[in-house]
Amino acid sequence: MKFGVVIFPGSNCDRDMIDALRNDMQQEVVELWHKDSSLPNFSKEDCVVLPGGFSYGDYLRCGAIASQSPIMQAIKEHANNGGKVLGVCNGFQILCESGLLPGALLMNDTQKFECKNVFLKKQSSTAPITKTIKDAVLQIPIAHGEGRYQADDAIIAQLKANDQILFTYCDADGSVSNVTNPNGTIDYIAGICNAGKNVFGMMPHPERATNAILGNIDGTQIFESLILN
Amino acid sequence: MSLYTAHINVMPLTELLDPQGKAVNDSLHKLGFQAIQGIRIGKHITLQIEAASAEEAKQVAEDACKKLLYNAVMEQYEIVIS
Amino acid sequence: MQAPATLEQAIKLGLREEEFQEITKILGRTPNFTETAVYSVMWSEHCSYKNSITYLKKLPKDGSKILAKAGEENAGLVDIGDGWACSFKIESHNHPSAIEPFQGAATGVGGIHRDIFTMGARPIAALNSLRFGNLADAKTQHLLKGVVKGIGHYGNCFGVPTVAGEIYFEDCYTTNPLVNAMSVGVIPPGTKMISATSYGAGNPVFIVGSDTGKDGIGGASFASADITADSAEQLPAVQVGDPFQEKKLLEACMELAKTDSFIGMQDMGAAGIACSTSEMSAKGEHGMIIHLDKVPTRQKNMKAWEMLLSESQERMLVTVKKGREQEVIDMFEKWDIHCQQIGEVTTEPRLKYYMHDELMADIPAESLVLGGGAPIYQREYSEPSYFADVAKFDIHTIAEPTDLKAVATDLIQLPNIASKRWIYNQYDSMVGAANTNTNAPSDAAVVWVKGTTKGIGSTVDCNGRYVHANPKIGAMIAVSECARNLACSGAKGMAITNCLNFGNPYNPEVYYQFVYALEGMGEACLQFDTPVTGGNVSFYNQGPDGAVYPTPTIGMIGLVNDINNKMTMHFKNVGDTIYVLGKQVNDIACSEYLHKLCKVELSPTPYFNLQEEHAIQQLVLQLIDKKLIASAHDCAEGGLFVAAMESAMAGNLGLDIQATTPNGLRTDAYLFGEAQGRIVVSVSEENKTAFENACGANATKLGVVTSNGIQVIGQDWGSMHDWKMKYDEAIEKYLN
Repeated sequence: MKFGVVIFPGSNCDRDMIDALRNDMQQEVVELWHKDSSLPNFSKEDCVVLPGGFSYGDYLRCGAIASQSPIMQAIKEHANNGGKVLGVCNGFQILCESGLLPGALLMNDTQKFECKNVFLKKQSSTAPITKTIKDAVLQIPIAHGEGRYQADDAIIAQLKANDQILFTYCDADGSVSNVTNPNGTIDYIAGICNAGKNVFGMMPHPERATNAILGNIDGTQIFESLILN
Repeated sequence: MSLYTAHINVMPLTELLDPQGKAVNDSLHKLGFQAIQGIRIGKHITLQIEAASAEEAKQVAEDACKKLLYNAVMEQYEIVIS
Repeated sequence: MQAPATLEQAIKLGLREEEFQEITKILGRTPNFTETAVYSVMWSEHCSYKNSITYLKKLPKDGSKILAKAGEENAGLVDIGDGWACSFKIESHNHPSAIEPFQGAATGVGGIHRDIFTMGARPIAALNSLRFGNLADAKTQHLLKGVVKGIGHYGNCFGVPTVAGEIYFEDCYTTNPLVNAMSVGVIPPGTKMISATSYGAGNPVFIVGSDTGKDGIGGASFASADITADSAEQLPAVQVGDPFQEKKLLEACMELAKTDSFIGMQDMGAAGIACSTSEMSAKGEHGMIIHLDKVPTRQKNMKAWEMLLSESQERMLVTVKKGREQEVIDMFEKWDIHCQQIGEVTTEPRLKYYMHDELMADIPAESLVLGGGAPIYQREYSEPSYFADVAKFDIHTIAEPTDLKAVATDLIQLPNIASKRWIYNQYDSMVGAANTNTNAPSDAAVVWVKGTTKGIGSTVDCNGRYVHANPKIGAMIAVSECARNLACSGAKGMAITNCLNFGNPYNPEVYYQFVYALEGMGEACLQFDTPVTGGNVSFYNQGPDGAVYPTPTIGMIGLVNDINNKMTMHFKNVGDTIYVLGKQVNDIACSEYLHKLCKVELSPTPYFNLQEEHAIQQLVLQLIDKKLIASAHDCAEGGLFVAAMESAMAGNLGLDIQATTPNGLRTDAYLFGEAQGRIVVSVSEENKTAFENACGANATKLGVVTSNGIQVIGQDWGSMHDWKMKYDEAIEKYLN
């Protein structure tokens, strides 16, 4: 299995993601450029990662312009063939804009960008990215202005029925309540996957929690699960 | 008194850089929309006003613009009352 | 050539009569309007430092680790070992932020990062130092919200973590807030620094980045004029920042830096094309022919002088090696950045600006720049009359408080002391995945240099009230606090950058503050062996009631050689013993307690002794090295009590200050006084003996770390969680 990290103009967590996967998770990583129209030798086992940042300055709508990039067509084909795709933060927004994931990410209810450590509760027991996470609660940072997940009732019902909710926000003890909702997201959703469980989107940044020097390696559990399954 | 609707367009001043408009403009060009140019992106605000006349409603909307809805340093506005 | 300009035009542009005559002498003829406009910005305070350079030159700037000294390049450059270099600088954007807080602060952040990456260094940390009026004031709230949003907007999108900062609220800053932004970047081994120079006749000159508009025309002069009610009339001088464009520019410049396809590069700040062409040419002792009609413009019908003076953001000037043009163009085009040749280098050291083949200006490059022909003035100064009132303060006129808990409760909620989380949570402090403070807070922010075991510590500090009370000692304290914050983090200070925010230099009392602040700064920098690598002077910071507190903000960097040995500020374990290092003094002067709660406007600087300060910092560094302490946090605003509480709250633990007030001290001085040179540390049981032996009389035992309770001199002050809630929510209450 190898990872391909896409660099869009305005991506700014691309290097962090590459460092985390290559140095901390010891994975093979290739850099992908937004103007490319194909993925080099990517099989179903390989995973494309859309990193965080402000692709195209977040202008118009977060992720909207990036979703029209030449490489997105190739990524859609990869996903439709069952290949894995992970979008983190801005990457999650791009996946929603491109239709690979349902719903949309709206401005936080606080109307402010929020950067802080939050706690995540693993929800899906069937998605590869959460399946073998050991700890019930992970501490992972968020850093976003538009992270309030929004979808209609039918979609939310389907996400629940099909075990597609990856993570919800919670407190240190794992209890989920309004107090721990950092952005007003519907049903405390922090991340979801598609029905095929091969496309994953999450607002929190696991790549910021994979190195002991930074004092938090909870993010490694997420990548380990993704690699293992 | 009647209920009027004010349609307010708030746009970046023409002499200022509009980074958002520029980025969208460039992206549309890449997608093949060569005929499009000069994109500028602003806000559209609608609000309802209880007033004796359309003129009075417009005045209220003007005052609201000046007080809060637009930033004279960065933006200009226009109001249509219906 | 255009007709000669008149003296009246020159004066309108901000030049003085004798300056206009000097220009006439330099050119051997009366300058035309375009030339006069170029001189007016290049000789403005903002670009020429004409009223400050005499004293700036006296600051220590030499050191064995200094790779680029003050004034040599866009920013200072320091050797951090193993082939790595660190570039850093601080700059003000005060006046633009007063007019349009969001864009003013945003473009301030953009400008300082450009100074760093134009040298080939990738920014890895951003800091800021802010001053506003009373937080209860609606105007202050508006300015604060805009500035914080602007800093976040630009920094978050640009993708550099905002890792530290400071903010003070004082009435003197009501109409003239201070917005100082600092950037820290690194150059890896094997990559050379990019110099802001231009030479080699025939080499092409390129403008790179955004199109040029009429942004900030006269902005450089504008920053050098008092803010009055009429300033609102100058509104078109606002510049709009585009962090997306700058991010692409950064990546393209980083790729360019790896090649040898070019001679030099400089970013465009104040007086964009005029400043970059003249400074690069003067440094390289060459000239340039520039065809202004080739400059890509955003607005139609721009005049030559408008293009020369435009401050449009996100632009660079690059002198490319002849024959390597296509390589450079391709590199920028990859990132969808416009790259346009506008001229070429000439042997004759003059700048010739053409518009459609008409010569619009012909100026010796060297005559425009600092260190060249730009004027230098010695301003008059006299001791401020308010010093007499400062000296009158007598501690005996202040009754000792009977309800200490009530005082402490008020103190911890003062905006200058309370948690700044409402502000810093709006900044991405973690992008780059290298900020070690996220999960291990320390007094200075320590950012890991990936690929090494090093960490760069950085901090910004200045208590303007101290500098106002005594400019020399106040500035010494600002330098000392920076060094102390670094020492408490396990880092030895390496060098400083300064942002000198003062009032009108033509006011002799203001100029006195400036002269003596620099004297104190220089002395302290020598003591700590932290040379000055550059910075920025911002005069004319004043409102209707006079000048702001003299605020020479210091930004200091330091090195943590082994990132695993960095020291943190939070208490670790219940039962650890709490000590204070340094002298206990019967002093409440200039404290937040005295100023805000006792309402005493003027009082002397708090107790300070430069040698003692240095010794305490050496001691804490040794204690960290020997692994004898579990935490270190310096005493600053709010004194001993606030320092100890901050260590407790950050560790989610309580404290018991058992030691009673030392002999000869008032209890308010003991708990809330701001005597300098003190550090609160915690020590585990096993290290106590070794710690006490190492410290001797320099350590005073205060008490112990508890699980949650707050006990002070035998009184039960409730739970840490209650205190933390008050501390965390005090500022938010004004703003949510």
